Amino acid sequence: MSDVLLKIRNLSKAFDEHKVLDNISLDVFEGENLIVFGRSGTGKSVLLKSIVRLLFPDNGEIYYRDRNVLTMNKQELTEIRKNIGFLFQSAALYDSMTVGENLAFPLRKILKIKDNDEIEQKVRKTLSLVELESAIDKMPSELSGGMQKRVGLARTIITEPELILYDEPTTGLDPITAKEISKLILDLQHQLKMTSIVVTHDLICAEIIADRVIFLREGKIYAEGKLEELKKKDDYFLRNFFSSKLITETGVENV
Amino acid sequence: MNLPKLKYGHKLNFSEKLYNFFAILSGLAIFSAEFFKQVFRLPYEIEETKRHMYDFGLKTFPIVSTMGIIIGFVLALEGYAVLQPFGGTDFLPGSVGLSIVREFAPILTALLFAGRVSAGIGAEIGSMRVTEQIDAMDVSGVEPFKFLVVTRVVATTLVLPVLTVYVIVISIFGGYLAVYLEGGMSFVYFANSLLPYVHINDLVAGLSKTFLFGFAIGIIGTYKGYTTVGGTVGVGKSTTSSVVISSLMILFIDMIMVKISLL
Repeated sequence: MSDVLLKIRNLSKAFDEHKVLDNISLDVFEGENLIVFGRSGTGKSVLLKSIVRLLFPDNGEIYYRDRNVLTMNKQELTEIRKNIGFLFQSAALYDSMTVGENLAFPLRKILKIKDNDEIEQKVRKTLSLVELESAIDKMPSELSGGMQKRVGLARTIITEPELILYDEPTTGLDPITAKEISKLILDLQHQLKMTSIVVTHDLICAEIIADRVIFLREGKIYAEGKLEELKKKDDYFLRNFFSSKLITETGVENV
Repeated sequence: MNLPKLKYGHKLNFSEKLYNFFAILSGLAIFSAEFFKQVFRLPYEIEETKRHMYDFGLKTFPIVSTMGIIIGFVLALEGYAVLQPFGGTDFLPGSVGLSIVREFAPILTALLFAGRVSAGIGAEIGSMRVTEQIDAMDVSGVEPFKFLVVTRVVATTLVLPVLTVYVIVISIFGGYLAVYLEGGMSFVYFANSLLPYVHINDLVAGLSKTFLFGFAIGIIGTYKGYTTVGGTVGVGKSTTSSVVISSLMILFIDMIMVKISLL
């Protein structure tokens, strides 16, 4: 088995009285694609944001290569964040910059590359990976949702991070574009040997990229395993999630 | 940086509004302290600061030019109507120049600058906040406060005094235009009647407060943008309150600075 890249222990987070994460423990192994499933509002995005300390959990520990993310100072956190990519649900492209400038930004600011030719070469190469080299001079507002996601993905991988956190990468896209993005995530993982945690509701996306799946329910890990195994489990919640029909706790299907 | 959270809702009661007032004041103090902590720290982001200076200056240039020439013209015209029956038009260039240098140019330029630039900053950073662009910058390992806030506040602090000097010049020209059209006063005569009354101290008093105005405009716009919550409605509120709070702060700073300069 590969080494543990990320270790989460007893993580809890509540907003007012509502417990979103309740004592979660989880290991993420190097090179794997972990899918996080769960209904809306079950803390999937909170889990991702806690890993990079965009949100500060109430309790628990998060170790990235055995270094506790939650206790490190700002400078150490910045160094750790350089190894972690985050693709936001909205892609979060800087809308005052062109596509090319969006990709050049982390090269200039994080990798401190000063040579403009080297930057342009890297930007073009990364854009060609997501098949959007022709969009280099476009503004984000000129792109479709799928193209924005691709550019967001390109900006996330341009610094070649070890771990990428995907927050619903295919939400809001048509099924074909969603499959293309999922395939792209898988290809990038194979090419660049990155570890991924993907929060999604998209079963097709999970079928394409998942090595392992966890289900969050009411703030806890409800189920964990291979996707195919979980699909076969005789559990009304899992059956309900995977089925196209609505299944109640008593097992009756409302068609 | 832990900023106090404001209370939200359609109908806030008096104590909640009072709480928000003090929360904004203390938030601004914490935000300003963070600015001074980061402004001298590397990297200086000089290119980004220069880009904002150019952008803010260019954005405000047409409106302050128009305002400047009209204010000078109107002040001289009003003054001429009052002083001419008593044969006191010799005092007109001095009184117009003095009021422009000490008060009208600094405060009116700052108010227009607040309307144009503070609103723009509040809206832009607010949109970046609600569309997760600031979070994206933060998780990528780039300090968003330094890149977004410090650069803009430095730019507003440095650009406003320059614009004010320009407005002083153009307003005085507007004043000259009025007296020339009304009484045919020559430029040399106008200048000779102006210079004995406007001293370097007046220029220092007028310009020194514009650095504070510029800082207030920048810090309030960035603070309101940075702390935006509530989607597009929140962006609208941040934009409006950036202008309102900046304008009130300019008037308040002016009152204090005038008192200090007259001590």
